Amino acid sequence: MNAERMKEYWRRNVNLIIGLLVLWAAVGLVASIILAKPLFGVHMGKVPLSFWFAQQGSEIIFVCMIFYYSWKMDKLDKEYGVEEVKLSKSTPIIPQDKEVAK
Amino acid sequence: MSVETWTIIFVILTFGLYTYIGYMSRVRDTKGFYVAGQGVPAIANGAATAADWMSAASFISMAGLISFMGFDGCVYLIGWTGGYVLLALLLAPYLRKFGRYTVPDFIGDRYYSQTARAVAAVCTVFVSLTYVAGQMRGVGIVFSRYLQVDITLGVIIGMCIVAFFAILGGMKGITWTQVAQYSVLICAYLIPAVAIATKLTGNPVPQLALTFTDIAQRLSNIQVDLGMTEYLAPFTDLTAMNVFAITVALMVGTAGLPHVIVRFYTVPSVRAARYSAGWALLFIALLYTTAPAIGVFAKYNLIQQLSNRPVDEVNNIVWVQKWAAAGLIKYEDKNGDGLIQMAAAADPANEITIDRDIIVLSTPEVAGLAPIIIALVAAGGLAAALSTAAGLLLAMSSAVSHDLYYRIFKPEATEAQRMRMGRLMILVAILAAGWFGVHPPGFVGEVVAFAFGLAAASLFPVILMGIFDDRMNKEGAIVGMVVGLAFTFLMIVLQRSPQILGTEAPIVGDFLGVGAQGIGMIGMIFNFVLSFIVSRATPPPPQEIQDLIHNIRVPQGAGDASAH
Repeated sequence: MNAERMKEYWRRNVNLIIGLLVLWAAVGLVASIILAKPLFGVHMGKVPLSFWFAQQGSEIIFVCMIFYYSWKMDKLDKEYGVEEVKLSKSTPIIPQDKEVAK
Repeated sequence: MSVETWTIIFVILTFGLYTYIGYMSRVRDTKGFYVAGQGVPAIANGAATAADWMSAASFISMAGLISFMGFDGCVYLIGWTGGYVLLALLLAPYLRKFGRYTVPDFIGDRYYSQTARAVAAVCTVFVSLTYVAGQMRGVGIVFSRYLQVDITLGVIIGMCIVAFFAILGGMKGITWTQVAQYSVLICAYLIPAVAIATKLTGNPVPQLALTFTDIAQRLSNIQVDLGMTEYLAPFTDLTAMNVFAITVALMVGTAGLPHVIVRFYTVPSVRAARYSAGWALLFIALLYTTAPAIGVFAKYNLIQQLSNRPVDEVNNIVWVQKWAAAGLIKYEDKNGDGLIQMAAAADPANEITIDRDIIVLSTPEVAGLAPIIIALVAAGGLAAALSTAAGLLLAMSSAVSHDLYYRIFKPEATEAQRMRMGRLMILVAILAAGWFGVHPPGFVGEVVAFAFGLAAASLFPVILMGIFDDRMNKEGAIVGMVVGLAFTFLMIVLQRSPQILGTEAPIVGDFLGVGAQGIGMIGMIFNFVLSFIVSRATPPPPQEIQDLIHNIRVPQGAGDASAH
């Protein structure tokens, strides 16, 4: 891959990471801790919203974020042709074996 | 059958299973020994990471801790899960692409410096050793409570089991054993939680029961009536500043713990490293979102069953007798009205004290579940303690046998010599851990603050900048690591001097409002700022290092990057 494409791939990866880290801080630090008092009056189900973010919501959103990142990176790797080449057992690269067996 | 009989049956069955798996996955080469031959599928590595991560403290103490801290217990929940996001996005894929065996491997190679390697190896040993001391203690406690054997004997039995599969199978044996241990511990955690949720709220899913029924609000109201803190309200236990700092320090510390990072070296590809962080957090979150629910249910149940009850009635509750005999429930009718009054712990009118460590262990009994479930919980606690201990022992032994012995002192060592050294070091590490299990230092709680604070302030920033800042050089990294480490170490010792140095009062109260548990956040900021300034004032890293950085940023070619 040439240097220009490599730079672009990296820039898009870093932008994705920054976007997700903003969300990470927004739920884990802002909604749960910094805004704990203002969000106390708002309800999620039968508990205050800040309590829900602190003890349930952040954890659930964190899990979703990692899978989302992995999925987005799969697409990005493919787009730039940098995914790993895997030699899987189902698609042998040397088909001659069969020829010989015949 | 009695609880004791069931416990013995479960312990023998699960230990037999672990031993069998350990024997089946025995290894002969260093690659298998240190990184399981890099052949662990993403989902299995996720389960192993989760078991490695969730210690006896997570399993036994966390729900209890939260039930006593209320809202502020979120520092552990957010801190210990948020760290995995940092790992997945910022470290794991690149370290896997780099593809060596340990964390000091990366730091030493990336910063072209044996000094950096040695500092990182010392950090690794220190962090892991402080951590493992508590694990062996956990093994001893579970054995002694459920099998009525001496704590020392419990620790020795645990040591022998871990020694067997760790020495024989190295990382491979440990990983596959941990997959089994995760299954045992999560069943042991969820079954009682579902039972008690159904009983108290009618909703069998603990997470939904916590959010969508009024159980938490009821507990909060009862606590206010009894003169305790409002359960749902924030910052009743810690200041807002400290909740913030502890959460950040735990998140960053988690992402910097060597025994967690090294997990992502064992998967076959960069892609698998990303997904396996997701699986790991999913498996961890299963327990971590259940824990606050258990905390609420258990506390509600305890207050309902004990508060304002006649003393004679309380005396006759079987589980109260059992835990009172162990000294973990204490009650006394101080005002002589024949009833037990519950109030805030500091209130002189309070007549009952409950040790928070028994919240999880006693939940099945308080909820009246069958002996078989109670025994399952004991087996789960043992699985949690053993799996974490095994992972830590390997991280420690590889720092000594791989980074110090092979990479620094004896680069010409043969494969056989390195394997022998690796196994010998595990044995030494187990003996050291066992010694701490039998003779725990008087400041176990402080030791955990050390492990996270030091990992956050020393290892995490250096690894992060090693990947994302191609101008970062060895001068910046070494200054950053040493200052972050020294500052954090010093502040914890000064703030916790009564426990560590034996002074009457802490030498330093807090640092700009941040206590010892959250001080790692400040150390981390110093590390980032100083290393940035120093690196810009000194020469850039050589060309081949810049090439290395660009190479680890793309997944392509991960398979062949592993050879030394």
